[in-house]
Amino acid sequence: MNGRKKKAGVPFAQAGEPVDAGGHLLKDERPGAVAIPGAADIPASRKTRTLAGDAWLRLRKNKLAIAGLVWLVFIAVMTISADLWVPEFFADPTSTEFEGLEPPSAAHPFGTDRIGRDVFSRVVYGARPSLSVGVLAVSISLVLGLIFGALSGYYGGLLDSFIMRTADVFFAFPYMLFTIALLAVLGPGLQNVFIAIGILGWPSIARVFRSSILSVKETEYVDAARAMGASDLRIMSRHILPNAIAPIIVYGTMSIGGAIITEAALSYLGMGVQAPTPSWGSMLSEAKALMTAAPWLTIWPGFAILTTVLSFVLMGDGMRDALDVKMKD
Amino acid sequence: MFKYVMRRLFQMIPVFLGVTLMLFVLRIPGLLPGDPIQLIVGERELTPALRAEIEEKNHLNEPLHIQYGYYVGGLLQGDLGESYQKSRPVTEILGDKFPNTFRLAFAAILVEIIVGVLAGIISAVKQYSFWDVLVTLSTSVLVSVPVFWLGMLLQMFFGIKLKEWTGGSVFLPISGMGNPPDFVHLILPAITLASVSTAYVARIMRSQMLEAMGQDYIRTAMAKGLTERAVVFKHALKNALIPVVTYIGIDLGALMGGAILTESVFSWPGVGREIYLAVLQRDWPVVMGGVVVVVVIVMFVNLLVDISYAALDPRIRYGGAAE
Repeated sequence: MNGRKKKAGVPFAQAGEPVDAGGHLLKDERPGAVAIPGAADIPASRKTRTLAGDAWLRLRKNKLAIAGLVWLVFIAVMTISADLWVPEFFADPTSTEFEGLEPPSAAHPFGTDRIGRDVFSRVVYGARPSLSVGVLAVSISLVLGLIFGALSGYYGGLLDSFIMRTADVFFAFPYMLFTIALLAVLGPGLQNVFIAIGILGWPSIARVFRSSILSVKETEYVDAARAMGASDLRIMSRHILPNAIAPIIVYGTMSIGGAIITEAALSYLGMGVQAPTPSWGSMLSEAKALMTAAPWLTIWPGFAILTTVLSFVLMGDGMRDALDVKMKD
Repeated sequence: MFKYVMRRLFQMIPVFLGVTLMLFVLRIPGLLPGDPIQLIVGERELTPALRAEIEEKNHLNEPLHIQYGYYVGGLLQGDLGESYQKSRPVTEILGDKFPNTFRLAFAAILVEIIVGVLAGIISAVKQYSFWDVLVTLSTSVLVSVPVFWLGMLLQMFFGIKLKEWTGGSVFLPISGMGNPPDFVHLILPAITLASVSTAYVARIMRSQMLEAMGQDYIRTAMAKGLTERAVVFKHALKNALIPVVTYIGIDLGALMGGAILTESVFSWPGVGREIYLAVLQRDWPVVMGGVVVVVVIVMFVNLLVDISYAALDPRIRYGGAAE
């Protein structure tokens, strides 16, 4: 996990050579020394190396992942601050004051829709349901998945069998069908989309976390903690979680992209975000009848979904490499 | 082998019961919006006598666990109940739609095999070439594309724009199956449905091929003077294919369960679209019955895939030993 191990016997630095906090040489040029990638980038003031700090150093080198991150930050800032730009820079997303079905122009970069709303503004505001579903639904899955995964992996036995068989039942359902059936019961609307996607996501997280727990549970440091009388909760939160979290971070990042696609699909099918609140999926659903007359209505919301999801996928790929997680492709 | 199959079949029983239980819980009156009896009655006047008669006929007046018993009992006898809206048995309605779904599923699998496997092989054999970069990038993009949007774009270009440009002579149909069903109506929906999985097949194929090409037996084959073509196709491909075949098999199970989005975009009269329409109309017997049948199909196809491992890879044999 950590590429740079502090070892006793590393030579002390001469003046001017890059050093770490303890004054050890970072660039060891003795024959047979192992090159340490990225070591020279570490500022001398760095005191401790955390998992997050390490991962960030490596993630920074992955151009695609950084491009994804920049794009996501840009979208998030745009959509959060959108109210500040209305009406000077772009129109209110629900106002119907314009000419309907105007092609893209300087005044309306993405054109207008059937009832005269500015498409650019709707795309910007449409990021709100998408990003919030992505983050909130995955958070729900994470909380449920971590709890069930921990119970299952740590305690084992009958509880483990019960939780894992329940997960099997969830896996047996075709995903889209299950989401739609659940929303049929809960009723349409953004809040229920959070819940439905969140509930359906826990089994995968629980499985991933369970298997990382199983691989950490038998290590000496966990035995040592137990021998010192640490409680189960303390062992889990202080010793197991930090060592089992990397695959969860990677999986969580990638699931955000999946949750965004699912939300768009549900809104497209009319079961998610309801009019007049703009969302990318419902915009595409409105565009269906106007594909010939107004192709811009189809192009831009879809492009927004694609780039946002792609950003999460690239970030997930980058994190997997940065955190050195082995995963099946 | 027989033992293994039996064990797997036994393992299916709790999963099947869990699925039916979950669907049954979703169906409990009061949880679902809409009064089922009103839905069954439709336009007729609902008298207390009629209500009692319908409750009696559908066992709605029994305690919940007895209702569940009737429900599972009916399922095991192949009785999925009757549609509220169409007054037809659910089995008949689904029976009409499944062949259409299978047609689309097999067409999509064909696309996955041909495009995905070829792209993966080229990408691995010519690693870091232009083609490799192209394949790697397009698979990343493809897994991020919402399928319904891809479907709409294909409709726009191959259905509408192409027709405009060629003056109406060359274009692909964008809706339905054709009457009688023909091949051209299948092209765009199949490509749309296959898109994401094709990307995964290409990725898995590439990484498996690269791994296989690094093995000792490949170096030996090269060393004894075989041509690159023979090495790639006779030695590397055979070993790299197993995970790909597994993925495609599991995907076939998923696709045979219907594809709500693709079927909706292309108005394809399949099972997925039927279940989705039933959800909109609150036609619960069709929703529940449809989902149960789909789940059973997926489970059996997955079992067949696992059994076929042994046939493909002589190293894997299912005996009494642990998995």
